[in-house]
Order: sequence, then C-alpha cells, then structure tokens
Amino acid sequence: MGDAAVVLEIGQAIDEPTMARVGSVARAIAGHPPAGVTDIVPAFGSVTVFYDPRKIGSYADLAGALMKLSAPAERAPSAATARVVEIPVCYGGEFGPDLGVVAAHTGLTPEEVIKLHSGGEYRVHAIGFSPGFPYLGGLPPRLNTPRRATPRPLVPAGSVGIGSAQTGVYPIASPGGWNLIGRTPRALFRLHLSPPALLLTGDRVKFRPISPEEFAAWK
Amino acid sequence: MEINVIRAGPMTTVQDAGRPGHRAEGLPAGGAADLFALRLANLLVGNPEDAAVLECTLAGPVLEFSEDTTIAIGGAGFAGVPSWQPVVVRAGGRLALGPCHHGCRGYVAIAGGVEVPVVLGSRSTFLRAHLGGHEGRALRDGDTLQAGAWVLPHEAKHWRVDPHVLPPYSHAPTLRVLRGAQWDDFDANCLAAGFGVTPVSDRMGIRLSGPRLIRRRGRELLSAAVAPGTVQVPPDGQPILLLADAQTIGGYPRLAHVIGVDLPLAAQLRPGDKVHFAEVTLDEAHRLWRQQERTLAILRQGLAEKLR
Repeated sequence: MGDAAVVLEIGQAIDEPTMARVGSVARAIAGHPPAGVTDIVPAFGSVTVFYDPRKIGSYADLAGALMKLSAPAERAPSAATARVVEIPVCYGGEFGPDLGVVAAHTGLTPEEVIKLHSGGEYRVHAIGFSPGFPYLGGLPPRLNTPRRATPRPLVPAGSVGIGSAQTGVYPIASPGGWNLIGRTPRALFRLHLSPPALLLTGDRVKFRPISPEEFAAWK
Repeated sequence: MEINVIRAGPMTTVQDAGRPGHRAEGLPAGGAADLFALRLANLLVGNPEDAAVLECTLAGPVLEFSEDTTIAIGGAGFAGVPSWQPVVVRAGGRLALGPCHHGCRGYVAIAGGVEVPVVLGSRSTFLRAHLGGHEGRALRDGDTLQAGAWVLPHEAKHWRVDPHVLPPYSHAPTLRVLRGAQWDDFDANCLAAGFGVTPVSDRMGIRLSGPRLIRRRGRELLSAAVAPGTVQVPPDGQPILLLADAQTIGGYPRLAHVIGVDLPLAAQLRPGDKVHFAEVTLDEAHRLWRQQERTLAILRQGLAEKLR
C-alpha cells in the first residue's frame, strides 16, 4: 500500500477463523518487528504493516521477514484467548435518543431492543474512524437498522449506536450517522494510559445495562 | 521566550513530525502535512528537524516575540517575508504574515522550537480528538506560546537554500502514484485526466473533482488501513486524496497511493489547483526517498558546519 506500508491479506470473510488468523499474524509481527516497522494495523481480514522507508534495509528484506513471521502464524490455530471487556451502558432517554427509532424499525419494544443488544457478545474487528472507535461484529440480525438519513453534526462521547449490521461506541465527540441507543460512562480513549484505546482489534465485548444513577456515579 | 499571537490567521496549528505507533488504536500519525518543509525550515534555524513549528493554512498569523530570535518560513510563501532562509526578528518586533501567495500551508520554524506538552510522543495538534499542540486546538488571537531558548549565532544568518533542492511545488503538479489494491477494478486510464482541487479540503484529505471514476468489478470490500497519500474512490466517483490527519482505516476502494516524496506537493494544493497523476514503481518510489534523504543530509551537514 504505497511506499511506506504493506498489506497482508488474510481473508475476505467476517468470521471467527479470519479474526483468529489476523490476530495471530499481528501478534507474530509485533513480537519480532523487522527494522523500520512503525505501525501494525489489524482490521477485519487484513494486517497492514507501516514502515519508514529510510529505516528498512531493503524492501525485499522487509517483505521476506514479514512472510517468514506471518506464514506459521496464519496456519496456527489461535492459542491466545481474547479478553472480554464489559461496557456499562445506560440505554434510552437523553443518552439514547434513537432507541425508539430502532424499536419502531425492528418491531420490538425498547425493552426488547435493550435485552437483545446487551445479551450478545461482540468482537472488535477493527479500531478506526476515530481514535479508539471499535467496529463491532456480532449484532443480532434482528437489530439491523439503517443509518440516519442525515448524520448528526456532533454525537456525544460514549454514545452507543447501531448502523445497519454494525454496532459501536463513539469514544470522542464526533459527527455520526448511527442510531444512538445509549451511552457508556466508561472512557474508550484515555490519553494517560498505554495503550490509550480501551479496546483493541480481537477483543470480545459485552454490554451491561445500567441505570441513570449508576451512570452518574461512575468514576 | 514568549510568542504572542496577535492575529492567529484562518487555521494555524502547532505541528511536528507526528506520532506514529498508534494507528492500531485509531490515531493517525498526523504531524506536518508537508514534512519536507517542516524538516528544512527547522534545519535553517538550527533546530532538530522534527521540532514543533506553526503550520499556517492559506494565510499566516501576526506574531510578536519577547526576545531576539530567528525564524524561517518553508512550504507556502508569504508576501514581504522571504522563504527558505533564516530571518532575524528583534525583541518586541512583529512578524506579520499575510495571505499565502503560493501553496496552501506555510511553516514558521522558530529557533528553539515551539514548546507545547508532548502528548503520546508528539507535539502535533490533532484537531478531531482535541489532542496535542496548544490545548488541542488551532491558535486564537491573544494566545501566548513558549519557544526554546536557542539563539542562532549571528554570523550564521545569511543562508539561503538552493531552490533546486526544493520539491517542485506547483499549482498544477503531477503526483506520482503506486497502484492501490482495487486499481484493476477501474479503467486503466481513469487517472489520466486532470482533477480539480475542491474547497472541501482539510488536513484529513482533499476532495478532487473530475471525470466520474466507476468501479467496473469487484466484491464488497472489508475496511482496511489507509494512509496519507491514499487515493480512495467513494460511490460518487470523485476521488479523495488523504492527508496527514486521515482516518486510519477506510472502506472505499483504494485506487492508488501518492508516493512519499510527492506528499509535500499534495499538501500545498489549494482550491482551484489542478492535479495530474503518473504511475511509478515501488523501486522508483524508494529510490526517490533515498535521494531526498541524501539531499537533506547534505543540507544538514552544510548548515551544521556553518553553525560550528
């Protein structure tokens, strides 16, 4: 990809085996990064390795080293167990102004939407769009709701949204077109921590419904 | 030393060489959109080449300095102040930079570097996340900045850079590209026509306008990493050329990638400019990188000798 990054295509499907292979390739490269490598970005079916062209020996050396690292990792079954991260969410009300929209679209009651959304386990397929923003797979198909016709100019930080077959959390206030069904008080991007992003590609995520009082009391 | 921002200009931010290493967390490397201008302007005032400078968009600020200092302008040029050479500014004196007479982004390097807190390894401003730089935002009238105490020796103030070493800045540049992952999904000559630079342009990317680019074949794409220089094509067929603060991953077809040594030319495009693309090989792109590094190394050495 250009003259400062190379893409390792792992698969074309959004599924568990692809996810596991992407994760193990990214870990294998991160464990022994060849000279000049600056960033390793696992996302859906690929791992993109960024490098500083001034600091690699030659491109052939770099490509060879990456092949060597990724080949066994791609074949190996994923031994690592993914973390499970719990995200508390206050659904509906001022925090989830579109809960009613999702309920009306899906023919469910707001309570059923909350139960379905918080009942599932999700997988982080990629981090991007904005710092710490997780693309989550695993939304119950029943909750599939098209994006808003007009995006909101400013979605508050922590908002939990549904956009078609995806769900996610906005870590920082930003424009956004997803239907907002709730908000988490848990920070997804923390400058003082390393890494600053709470979620990383490959993590498992569960949502836990909380009351407005618990939201207010969250530290 | 204090720098008083009398007039901030339309969009002036603190930028350095960026914060690579956080793309997996969704944070772009950012930094100066024109890295060549950042590096050379810094060298001209005796700074490390990745020191923090002011990046000024389309017009510059009015600054007042509390002590004698030396500055250098790189990238876009301003009327009344020469570019690519050290300029002495006296204590209490003002540096007034008007509209850019060419280019889009001018860089003001100040001896000692602009001192703002380092956030995740960089002083660069990342506006979307309100992070880094001066309070995570563009400068405003009345701000006060600090700069390091470095003062350039007096005899070293008559340098001027040979214009031949500069990137061929132009209002109608040809940007060299490598093929992107979906190159074959588009017509072979689709990039041959010129494209116009629209006003929908910022540090994230430049929206271009021209003949509609139609993806002829290809399956649904999974989002994957993108980078400064990536030329992506949304469904409306009008390409977007990504710059320093681009999002880290994207789902649009990736038609091509502008090579690193030509990113400074892209960073200096302004609304109304024209751009052409020409394909090169990866080997050629890497050769050009090495050539640019040699040029900068020679300049660095020459300047260091004058400073000794």
